[in-house]
This record gives sequence, structure tokens and C-alpha cells, in this order.
Amino acid sequence: MEPSNAKKPVRRRNSKIKCLVWDLDNTLWEGVLLEDIQVKVKEGVVKIIQELDRRGILQSIASKNDYSVAIAKLDEFGLSEYFLVPQINWNSKSSSIQLIQQSLNIGLDTFAFIDDQPFEREEVAYMLSDVLCLDADQLEQLLNLPELMPDYVTEDSRQRRMMYQSDFQRKQAEEQFQGPQEEFLATLGMVIRISPAHSEDLHRAEELTLRTNQLNTTGYTYSLEQLETLSRSDRHKLLVASLEDKYGTYGTIGLSLVELGEEAWRLKLLLMSCRVMSRGVGSIMLQHLLLSAKQAGSRFQAEFVSNDRNRMMYITLKFAGFYEVSSMDETGVLLENDLSQVGGFPKYIDVQVMD
Amino acid sequence: MEEQKAQIKQYVSRFFRKHELQDDENMFELGIVNSLFAMQLVTYVESMIGITLEPHELDMNNFHSINAIMKLIESKNTLTE
Repeated sequence: MEPSNAKKPVRRRNSKIKCLVWDLDNTLWEGVLLEDIQVKVKEGVVKIIQELDRRGILQSIASKNDYSVAIAKLDEFGLSEYFLVPQINWNSKSSSIQLIQQSLNIGLDTFAFIDDQPFEREEVAYMLSDVLCLDADQLEQLLNLPELMPDYVTEDSRQRRMMYQSDFQRKQAEEQFQGPQEEFLATLGMVIRISPAHSEDLHRAEELTLRTNQLNTTGYTYSLEQLETLSRSDRHKLLVASLEDKYGTYGTIGLSLVELGEEAWRLKLLLMSCRVMSRGVGSIMLQHLLLSAKQAGSRFQAEFVSNDRNRMMYITLKFAGFYEVSSMDETGVLLENDLSQVGGFPKYIDVQVMD
Repeated sequence: MEEQKAQIKQYVSRFFRKHELQDDENMFELGIVNSLFAMQLVTYVESMIGITLEPHELDMNNFHSINAIMKLIESKNTLTE
């Protein structure tokens, strides 16, 4: 067979990898940490990490997760010491890798990145074409990749990580934020569908209310029966949002419940899955609801209950033009939107509203 | 103060690469307000001034333009001086 027929990585040159950057959810461990605190480290991963460390290959993390929760989990697995400047935050993975690169000060073409999600690999490949992107499927073959086999393993190799670590203890990199570029989002061909919750959506809806803490305005939970009743009530709007892009569907990732009161509509719950945080789903649902209220000639209020981790949703409400009108109790406030500035939807996403 | 302004401008410009944002231009009218951007912007300003902002300060009017952000920062600086 002609060599040109062989499936080759785009980037090819005799370059050894000096740093492997790991994703966490469904790559290093099975499952999504924010949804399941009992995630288990994938089979063989501990061995791989230790062996790469022995070979003198530095390792780091680019994960969209809650920093302290993820680090605690890595501690529990006895793995946190192996990772230099782990980037566990909500920034794009490319910006996380750039930060790692700046901290380690080695060439981008000596970086590899392993992640189970095509979206993340593509984002990194798009922004940083020199980085070797690996699918989490390749985990088993990782130690046999020529790029991950250094020519020599010396005492220095074995010490390398520790040397970096002592350096880092002095200067903990200040977090620097950079969202994915709008133009990159535009290449994804995202479609969001907002529709009333039907009976087949209710299980997922219930699950979302139980599992979503951060991107949740109130944290109210409802049983399946309650959701069933609400979905059929004409005094309520129970909406679900689903998202898809050119890679496929994300499934149902957003939920909102509005009480259609005599005096005003009241948003009881707005939540979205953390997987889609950077796609603007929450704001889009909110804009849709505001527009509906405006068309119905109704006032629009929203409840917000702070849980220490959902500040992003407070900011989402405030930046959508809500202001506080009264407090409900110690942690809860009632906000209102005067509907004077009901904006449109972002251009990079196709919004489809179903009745 | 000028230095802070330059930092803010540089930071915000990453989100508007194809558009040169004017100091008094309302960036929320350019259509990129998602939760993440809002959160990042707030967190950036907070880390810059070393203060966690109060709920009433987390207002669109304090963040909609570079000038608005600078006004907010100035008000915080005056309080701590």
C-alpha cells in the first residue's frame, strides 16, 4: 500500500512530546464529576501517569470543572502531585494549554492533549495547530506512542517534574480568562431548540434539577409527579432546551419553569448543564422567556437563591437587565426585569422555538 | 489608573477581535453576553482590584463599556484609599 493512503497525523516531524495535558471527565476518570462525585479513575490510568512521569514527560490538566472539587478528587486518587499547573476552570482548553505552555516555557509543538470530546480537541487544534490532539480512546496505546518515548530516560528525567514543582510553589499563576472566540463558535453550526417539556423529557428534567448546582438560579427540585403536573398546567411554562452542533447532539441541557401569575410571570427555575456553559444557552432561554412575557403584556420576575456556587447565574440575571426588588429570606431574592431591553439572540447560534 | 484601563481594554478586546471597541461603546449590544463572558468579565475586574463586588454592584450598567468599568474601579479605589 502506498504510504499516502496511511492515516497520518497532520503534524509530523520528529518531535517528542514533553508535556501531556489531560482532560478529566470521561478521559482520566469515568463520568462527569459535577454530576457524579463517585467517579472512578479509568483502568490503567494510574500506571500510565506514573510511567510517563518516570520517563520525564511532564503532565498537566485542562479541565472544565470546579477547581477545588476536582483537585480533591485527584488527591483521593493519589494523583494530584503528578500534574503541573493544572488548569481547572471554565476557560477554553486552548487558553488553558497556552497558560501551561507559558508556565513551563517549552514549545507548543512538544505538547499533546488528550480529551474524549471532539469539540474540545477541535477547539485546541483550531487555535493551536502545533499541539498533538489525542482521543481518550487511545488511552491503552498511549505508552506505545513513539512521541511519548523519549530517547533517553535519565535521573534528570525522573526529577524533572519535581524541579518544576519547587519553582512553581513560589509563583502560582494568576488566573487569566479567555473565552472561546465567537468566530470559532460560529464554525460549530449550533442549533438550540426550546420547547415545552413533554412526558418523555421529564426524567431528564428531574435529573437536571438534582444534578445542577452551579448553573441553577434557585436549586428547587421537583419530583417526577410534580413535573408531570407542571408540564400540563396552563398556569406554568415548563421548557426544555436541547443543543446540537456539527458533531452531534448534546441532548437536553437546559430547563426553565415559569409560574404565570396574575400580576407577573415568575421564573422559579432556570438551569443549564455545565457542559454547555460557554454556549450561551442560559441567556438564550432567558431572552426567549422575556420576549414571551413582553408579547403577553406581562411583568417578569425571577427568584434567585444563592448556594455559594451559583453566582454565575446571579450575574446572568443581572446582566440580562434584572434588578432586585425584595428579599424572600436569608439567601433568596426576588428580581424583576422591566422588559425595556429585550435583546436578540447571538448570531453564532440558530434558535428554534417549538410550541 | 491609565494602566488599569489599558489592561481592561486588552482583556476585553480578546472577545471582540474583529471590532475595535470604543471606550464608551456598549459591548452588550454587540451580542456576546453569555453567562460565561459575564462571569469572566466580573472575575477579571475583581481579581484586578482585589475585591469581591457586592450584589448591587454586579449590574450591567457597571460593566457595559470600558468607561463604565473604569468608573466602577475608581469608586472602589476611592473607598479603599
